[in-house]
Amino acid sequence: MKRRLGLLLLVAVLIISLLSGCGNSATEETGGDTELESSEETGGDTASGSSDVIKIGVFEPITGVNAAGGEMTVEGIELANETMPEVLGKEVEIVIVDNKSDKVEAANAVSRLIEKEGVSAIIGSYGSSLSMAAGDIVKENQVPAVGCSPTNPLVTLNNDYYFRVCFIDPFQGTVMANYAVNELGAQTAAIIQDVTQDYSVGLSKYFVDAFVELTGNEDAILETSSYNTGDQDFTAQITNVQSKNPDVIFAPGNYGECALLIKQARDQGIDTPILGGDTWESPEFLSIGGDSVEGIVFSTHFTAEAPVTELSEEFLNQYREKYDKEANAFAALGYDAYMVIMDAIERANSAEPQAIKDALAETERFTGATGYITLDENGDAVKSAIIKRVENGEFVYLTTVDPN
Amino acid sequence: MSGMDFLQHLANGISLGSLYALIAIGYTMVYGILRLINFAHGDIFMLGGYLTFYGIMFTSIPWWLVFILASVLTGLIGLLLEKIAYKPLRDAPRITVLISAIGASFFLQNFGIVVFGGRPKAFPIPDVLNKVVNLGGVSINIITFIIPTITIILLIALTYFINKTKTGMAMRALSRDYETARLMGIDVNKIISITFFIGSFLAAVGGVMWGTKYPQLLPLMGAMPGIKCFIAAVIGGIGNIGGAVLGGFILGLGEILLVAFFSNLTGYRDAFAFVLLIIILLVKPTGLLGEKTTEKV
Repeated sequence: MKRRLGLLLLVAVLIISLLSGCGNSATEETGGDTELESSEETGGDTASGSSDVIKIGVFEPITGVNAAGGEMTVEGIELANETMPEVLGKEVEIVIVDNKSDKVEAANAVSRLIEKEGVSAIIGSYGSSLSMAAGDIVKENQVPAVGCSPTNPLVTLNNDYYFRVCFIDPFQGTVMANYAVNELGAQTAAIIQDVTQDYSVGLSKYFVDAFVELTGNEDAILETSSYNTGDQDFTAQITNVQSKNPDVIFAPGNYGECALLIKQARDQGIDTPILGGDTWESPEFLSIGGDSVEGIVFSTHFTAEAPVTELSEEFLNQYREKYDKEANAFAALGYDAYMVIMDAIERANSAEPQAIKDALAETERFTGATGYITLDENGDAVKSAIIKRVENGEFVYLTTVDPN
Repeated sequence: MSGMDFLQHLANGISLGSLYALIAIGYTMVYGILRLINFAHGDIFMLGGYLTFYGIMFTSIPWWLVFILASVLTGLIGLLLEKIAYKPLRDAPRITVLISAIGASFFLQNFGIVVFGGRPKAFPIPDVLNKVVNLGGVSINIITFIIPTITIILLIALTYFINKTKTGMAMRALSRDYETARLMGIDVNKIISITFFIGSFLAAVGGVMWGTKYPQLLPLMGAMPGIKCFIAAVIGGIGNIGGAVLGGFILGLGEILLVAFFSNLTGYRDAFAFVLLIIILLVKPTGLLGEKTTEKV
């Protein structure tokens, strides 16, 4: 009996650790590591609150399932910081904190940036769920935040302190539904979504809305299948979807899970076109997916093949020089987020969070690397979407879709 | 659901189940002999995957040799882990060792983040193992056949080793009573080292096979499979090697069939494993194949 109780207790501990996200409980220990990283960024002993330094906080996933996206974004932010290291005659310092691809950690990271580092503004985060976790904190503390690539509309909705430099999912979903119907001639579709990511669920919803409207068929969506972040086996979902025989499969989600999902679908002999969203643009998507992801089509924010503004070329050249490779959408958005904040500080002529927020809200036709950025009443940018396809193990530019 | 779809689900379930079984064998063996739940087992599994990755990417050793070398090397790391984290606690209460095991698990995960980096790595699958075959309408990657085969071979080999060899006999003696075993002239430390080496070796084989099937390596990849395989081991009767294999298959098939028949419950897939665990503990705490042990009061 004693042993049985002991085992039950163990089970309870296991379940608790599962509920809190095993990634989370496990990475808690790395706090020291991130501390180290950020103190490096801040030069260690910089006096906080010193008036000749303006601190910009960055919270991005450097570890965990979204690590690649966070890292690409940070590359862009660092490049922007090198390009424009000063504003109003003061040095700009970026303080980078890892949110570990975890919602709780994201909220902690932002609290730390505001309370401990006293930042004037915040950049981040890759991942809509992570940004939404920080939403209430920036609102309460009245520090403006600029998201680089969180596309879920709820990130900025009813939050005067959250802005973003990318388009939102109602647009992205429509773009992909249009592509599916007009380019692929699809009449039916199936959805495979990650129910733990607001990004995935939201984008799927907007795709479904647009797809149903375009086909005029209420029952055009044959199957909606779900999985959780961190899952590795999707064979059951794929088999379910395949039994309905859809014309196209829409599967937005993290690059890692989706690459595995597509590989397993192709292994099961399914050659239905699979479409996705902007998160797929990462080198890991190609390396994990291998031959299986050939021909996959997705929407994204930016392409090195079709620069949109005079700044795009400049950004691309600087990026090539610093990192010796072609820039991706996330680096470009990170770059733009930083530049938009600098522009706001200049126009406000102040580094006070409140002043920056007011100036940000008035951003109009700012020339960024990813396009001209005008922030609407919700704080969202209205921009074109790029459609890309995987060909011979590379992302190839297909077309640009303008918002109407 | 058509018969074809059901067959496909069945094939998927057996394939996933045999992976769980493979990892659960090592888990259960270490427990059976040392009465220690090695929570770092899942992270040893992760190390096996990463070592194979580096072996294939940065050396010119043929892949099959890398698979073996990486597994052996991981076995040695497991042995080292025992020396550092468990041996000093040999005479401490069992709960202390358990906590030390959890600490070792966290250490390995964070060691992985620092050394291997947080971004996922693509496991380089040898082309030979990445072929799709079509069997009467059911399409399957050949790795799906290889994993159960390896699981069964290892199961037989291990059962033979424990029941027929002298070292195996010493292991069984140790599982009954340390002190008496020592009095009978058994080198306890040596036997425990061997146990850990084999357990970690099996975890590494699991890691390599996992990587071949799900080619994404992450420092935290061992956490969930580690817990699932622990559950598989408990279902089968922790300490019982055949039971671990049975538990693994039940868990794998159960997960796939849950998604197959109740697709709106997909989000509870991980919870399914825990519910199964709780039911087993309430109804038959010794597990399906576990023997009843009488506890001294």
